Amino acid sequence: MRKHICRIVAVAFALTTAASRAEIDFSREILPLFSDKCFQCHGPDPKARQSGLRLDEEKNVKMDRDGYAVVVPGASSRSELMKRLLTEDSDEKMPPAELGRFLSAEEISKIKQWIDEGAKWGPHWSLTPIRKSELPNAKANPVDAFINRTLETEGLKPQVRATRETLIRRLHLDMTGLPPSLKEIDAFLGDEESGAWKRAIRRALAKPGYGERMAWDWLDAARYADSNGYQGDSERTMWPWRDWVIDAFNNNFPWDKFTIWQLAGDLLPNATFKTRLATGFNRNHMINGEGGRIAEENRVDYVMDMAETTGTIWLGMTFNCSRCHDHKFDPITQKDYYSLFAFFNQTPVTGSGRNPQTAPIITAPTPANRAAMAKTRKEIASLEKQLGQRARELARAQAAWETNKLDEGKLSPWKALKPVSAKADNQTLKILSNASILVSGKNPNNDTYRVSTKAGGTIHGIRLEALKHSSLFKGSISRSSSGNFVLTSFELRVGDPNSKPVKFSKAEATFEQGGLKIARTLDGDKKTGWGVWDGRIVDREHIGVFTLAEPLKLDKDTQLLFTLRHDSQHKQHLIGCFRLSTTDAPKPQIGSGSDELLAALSVPKAERNKAQANRVAIAHRNSDPAYGKLKNQIESKRNRVAAMEKSAPKVMVMKDMPKPRETFMLTRGLYNKPGQKVSAAVPAFLPKLPKGAKANRLGLAQWLTSAENPLAARVTVNRFWQMIFGIGIVKTAEDFGVQAEYPKHPELLDWLAAEFIESGWDVKHLLELILSSEAYRRSSDVTAELLERDPENRFLARGARFRMPSWMIRDQALAASGLINSAIGGAPVNTYQPEGIWEEATFGRKKYKQDSGDKLYRRSIYVFWRRIIGPTMFFDSGARQVCTVKTPRTNTPLHALATLNDITYVEAARAMAQRVLTATGGKASDSDRLRHASRLVLSRSPGEQELKIWKRGLDRARAQFKSDEEALEEFLNVGESKRDENLDKLEHAALASVCLGLLNLDEALTKE
Amino acid sequence: MDHPILNDDSWKDPIGQARLGINRRHFFGKTATGIGTAALASLLTRDGQAKSIGLPDLPHVAPKAKRVIYLFQNGAPTHTDLWDYKPRQAKMHGTPVPNEYFAGKRFSTMTKDPTGKLMLAPVEPFTQHGQSGSWVSRFMPHTASIADELCFVKSMHTEAVNHAPGISFFLSGAEIPGRPTLGAWLSYGLGIESENLPGFVVMTSVSKGTSCGQIFYDFYWGSGFLPSKHQGVKFRGQGDPVLYLANPNGMSSKMRRGLLDDIAAINELKFKQAGDPEISTRISQYEMAYRMQTSVPELTDISSEPQHVLDMYGPQVEEQGTFAYNCLMARRLIERGSRYVQLMHAGWDQHNSVTTELYTQCRDTDQPSMALVKDLKERGLLEDTLVIWGGEFGRTPFIQGDINNRPRWGRDHHPYAFTVWMAGGGVKPGISYGASDDLGMNAVENKVHVHDFQATLLHLLGIDHEHLTYRFQGRYFRLTDVHGHVVKDILA
Repeated sequence: MRKHICRIVAVAFALTTAASRAEIDFSREILPLFSDKCFQCHGPDPKARQSGLRLDEEKNVKMDRDGYAVVVPGASSRSELMKRLLTEDSDEKMPPAELGRFLSAEEISKIKQWIDEGAKWGPHWSLTPIRKSELPNAKANPVDAFINRTLETEGLKPQVRATRETLIRRLHLDMTGLPPSLKEIDAFLGDEESGAWKRAIRRALAKPGYGERMAWDWLDAARYADSNGYQGDSERTMWPWRDWVIDAFNNNFPWDKFTIWQLAGDLLPNATFKTRLATGFNRNHMINGEGGRIAEENRVDYVMDMAETTGTIWLGMTFNCSRCHDHKFDPITQKDYYSLFAFFNQTPVTGSGRNPQTAPIITAPTPANRAAMAKTRKEIASLEKQLGQRARELARAQAAWETNKLDEGKLSPWKALKPVSAKADNQTLKILSNASILVSGKNPNNDTYRVSTKAGGTIHGIRLEALKHSSLFKGSISRSSSGNFVLTSFELRVGDPNSKPVKFSKAEATFEQGGLKIARTLDGDKKTGWGVWDGRIVDREHIGVFTLAEPLKLDKDTQLLFTLRHDSQHKQHLIGCFRLSTTDAPKPQIGSGSDELLAALSVPKAERNKAQANRVAIAHRNSDPAYGKLKNQIESKRNRVAAMEKSAPKVMVMKDMPKPRETFMLTRGLYNKPGQKVSAAVPAFLPKLPKGAKANRLGLAQWLTSAENPLAARVTVNRFWQMIFGIGIVKTAEDFGVQAEYPKHPELLDWLAAEFIESGWDVKHLLELILSSEAYRRSSDVTAELLERDPENRFLARGARFRMPSWMIRDQALAASGLINSAIGGAPVNTYQPEGIWEEATFGRKKYKQDSGDKLYRRSIYVFWRRIIGPTMFFDSGARQVCTVKTPRTNTPLHALATLNDITYVEAARAMAQRVLTATGGKASDSDRLRHASRLVLSRSPGEQELKIWKRGLDRARAQFKSDEEALEEFLNVGESKRDENLDKLEHAALASVCLGLLNLDEALTKE
Repeated sequence: MDHPILNDDSWKDPIGQARLGINRRHFFGKTATGIGTAALASLLTRDGQAKSIGLPDLPHVAPKAKRVIYLFQNGAPTHTDLWDYKPRQAKMHGTPVPNEYFAGKRFSTMTKDPTGKLMLAPVEPFTQHGQSGSWVSRFMPHTASIADELCFVKSMHTEAVNHAPGISFFLSGAEIPGRPTLGAWLSYGLGIESENLPGFVVMTSVSKGTSCGQIFYDFYWGSGFLPSKHQGVKFRGQGDPVLYLANPNGMSSKMRRGLLDDIAAINELKFKQAGDPEISTRISQYEMAYRMQTSVPELTDISSEPQHVLDMYGPQVEEQGTFAYNCLMARRLIERGSRYVQLMHAGWDQHNSVTTELYTQCRDTDQPSMALVKDLKERGLLEDTLVIWGGEFGRTPFIQGDINNRPRWGRDHHPYAFTVWMAGGGVKPGISYGASDDLGMNAVENKVHVHDFQATLLHLLGIDHEHLTYRFQGRYFRLTDVHGHVVKDILA
């Protein structure tokens, strides 16, 4: 089959070039032939090599082999190679027929000519240093200087410049992924001064949409997604990294800095949050959470992905081929592969577990939250200062307070009851040495405590102390997460557990929380009770005092039975530590606080130990409302910061382990078959690491973007070219190896690469240079002759014309309709998607929850990307599973169905019609409306014939909708956004159907 | 992917314009005089048309089958419980599996080392069926009734021990995701016949109440590095079978027709002005979309199916998303020109449910599979339609779980021997080919590797597996990597 095709192409090719055959260029014409047809058995891979012949090595090819050589420079007739190519003997014939590789007569004659011209050897073109050749025409734009020279040689006449409407649309789609607004169109059309184009370019490049547009291709390359992939496909939150990328493009990060931050931002001497965030790049790979998978196997997979992605993006080399063996075509050895692997093999990532956010991670709040957190932290600092100030003031007033307090305490002396037994329904109660009772065990929602003690004599009141304990929540008085409790009932029985509880006449407390009054513990209502929360986690002890209606006069050792119930709706609001006391004073008082405080107060100030001094000081401070208020404010602000911290997305980032991990070559790429040990090193066929550079990721990143590296600039420039012209100067954007296409405009590629480096890797400068060229501005109309001569438009005698990526088609519809939500960055959104897509793919485990409101109209780059089943509205997209630097461009009926029927487009058409009706006013003619609508999508007014067609369509739609009111209502109801009910329904629906047509025109789907 | 002209499938006999799809007729109608070879080549690399012609050097050999229906059983059906009868397995029930049967072999992390694992007898008894006397378990009474139509390959073996890599290996020749799948290769090599329906359709199902479904990854029907039009079109199990098939609410078919005419008229104007052949591709792309909107509902409208046919497929046949429904759709699809239909039925992963869920699994698939073969035969389609039934590997003849806990009996993944059956399309009917050892542990006689199976399948379709290649990243790739031999003995 291939033979057949080659013949046809060769014929076409021969017609134009055979007559004027110039000297053969080895790297361009011979090396690719050897590679494609011969390297399989006579190439770099020693294991596959036959007869000791390697056609990738000059010495080997030309050496004397006992009286003959494969190639004898200048003498094709004496070269074994020619004999083998020409022979009819099937045993001798090369390549062997069973290989299925054939050389055309044209190709064989090329090899002959090359040998006869001296068999000049040279390295593969992409590995030679980048050379900035002199411009063929110093006055022209450099792109034009090269392109025009080629056009002249080829005898191709360039197309005229495209119309200004076409140009402004082309520019805006290319650089922002959105059509220009009417204002932007008018501004450009109205700018008659020289330099208008340059100004238009600069305006476009300065738009925030620029970063979003540029980021899309980068996300494809970086295999960015919002879930892990594989079974389970857990969600992840890498989107702060995505926002960083957008921001970096918008701030025109130089490409070397863009590279270094992403590959090694954590290793920079003054690494910051943002440089670390950038390293999320390498953690965008899939994560396998399948049961039964071996962690180390996963880990090795991830590291391979990192190495191969780097190889593709910066070196344009297919490293993955060398996992198992030396490369068949390129000089990448298996050792090169694992030496590159070693740079990334230092991450502490383990490969185990299903956690979607495997360490190392950083917390990455949104910029707004980051600012809010910083502000709140500042406020906290200031409040803490005030608190310190107040504490000092209180210290000065403490002596007077103490005297007062001590006097109070003497009014009713309390005697602690030593519990005999203490039991709870659901927890464990333990009696401590100071007669208090500590609660532990499981933490139920409600519980009841029963304490039995013995007492005698006269009792006028009972005191319940809720005490702090280190085992309770944050050292508070309860086990709830606020430190608070709600005691719903307090009962005392004498002697008989079945007797009626004794009556209390009064209850008082150190503090009562709103309606949660201590008296409510006596009202018999299960739901009501006493609580003590005063705005922050409870950090002090509380006391309740119950005065008996009639004093008890008890015999010695009479049994007292206490029941404390916690039956409120507040879960786990259970007293954590408490003590019961009695008093014989006729008027029981709360007094100075706990016995411990009273004891401390009784000790003269100078003699108190540290604990006692603290207890007194704290009690004093806590009695001060101003001090309490400050503490409350600090607490609530701290909570706010903590909440923001908790809700902030976690981004997986890079880090190196303190102790380096050893790296081994893996036999057949198998994680458990280590072979020779290797260390981190750059591929041997490329320049060495710069002097002084460390053999770590930082050194690697610096090496990639050093001026000596022949690949990074070429590969990058080529990708930008591909983005703009639809096809790279080198068509194989993913492969710059020997099997790659030879560049169509090699000198231009080198010139741009050199300029890129010299400009300090200035991306906008490079783009501006390309966009300013006449080559960019040509009309994309094509004549039959031009189509014949250059079907793929590689010579660029005409402007590029190709279908836009599906994401851009969606963004265009949103922009034209005015529905678009231009917010930048943030969590991904779930927009319209037919029901059940996720559910069907995951047996219902993943449920799609569509967002609503303006989230539906966010740009495509913010649409949630589920790795195992990507958003259905996008077609021909990178799968976001592995690095993709070139996405397919096909046209299937399924694509047409999407843009004709998806709610997104139908709603956009309806909103667009509304926009047109509103802007043109009630009296506007159909022509006015159609002109306006056309400009929203195509940036131009329709011609007469088009107008005629659309008007006819409009009338037809009016008639059809008029006869079917239900259909009319339904059509206007597609999508969530509300229509302006002031607009006439029939007019609205009819125009909406035409707008749907406009959005589906070839011209609308195409960048031309 | 955007590949050199040389690799594009559409590149074929530039003179044979009569064979070109509508867009090309359209295109030549407009500009027949002004176009030459190179431009034509470029035009042919674009792919708006549904139809496409295959590679010029195909077929390599005389094809026996024109179409394939692959009933892929995700999760790995247990071969020794269904097809591969091993009396000794029953005799050894409850005794340890002999060491020599597994020494040096790798098992899933759930089994790790089979030492001491007890043999587990087939859950249901086997009997012989038909003139061929093929042994089939009582689990599969319906399939047993067509034993004389089937060719059982009992010596299959593979390399993968996990599902996703195993399925990927079967369907794409590589364990790692991302290579073109069988259907994509066929579409690329043989072209697409139908104007109104996709050439490569995928439908998925899962038995109700099963607890062990494996995700249907889209790389099971991906086109890998082949142009993406060769990717399988997944028909959904609910709602519109094709995404976005239905007109928007409130837009009648008549209105849609009018709108498409307007779009086409303006695209025509554009084409006259801009001259880009892609514009006429666009016109036919939209036409094709319109046709699909009628042909798909026609496809799924089974009201004209005779009752006895529906009955044959069983009670679930009218329920969208079931295996039975999908089997009927598969027949209707190939009748309407689809070349390759891949049904995937999940739930065969019986780690602890050979005495429970396996029954459901068989109930839901046995009758429809039989019905499909019979139905095709009755319509004279079986002759050149190849039907395949099989999973990604087999299951251990020894137990996973506790031998004393019958309700939780299970079997683990087993790549060393398993069974696949085929019917029609140039395969010998009523035979069993190859054999596993007396415990069903290892394929021993006439072993068939996955690559051999793939090579044979391609051969039946007229393709030499070594010569259906595609250049990507500088290398010529093929479905069978660098392996595979055609199993000549099963060819009719």
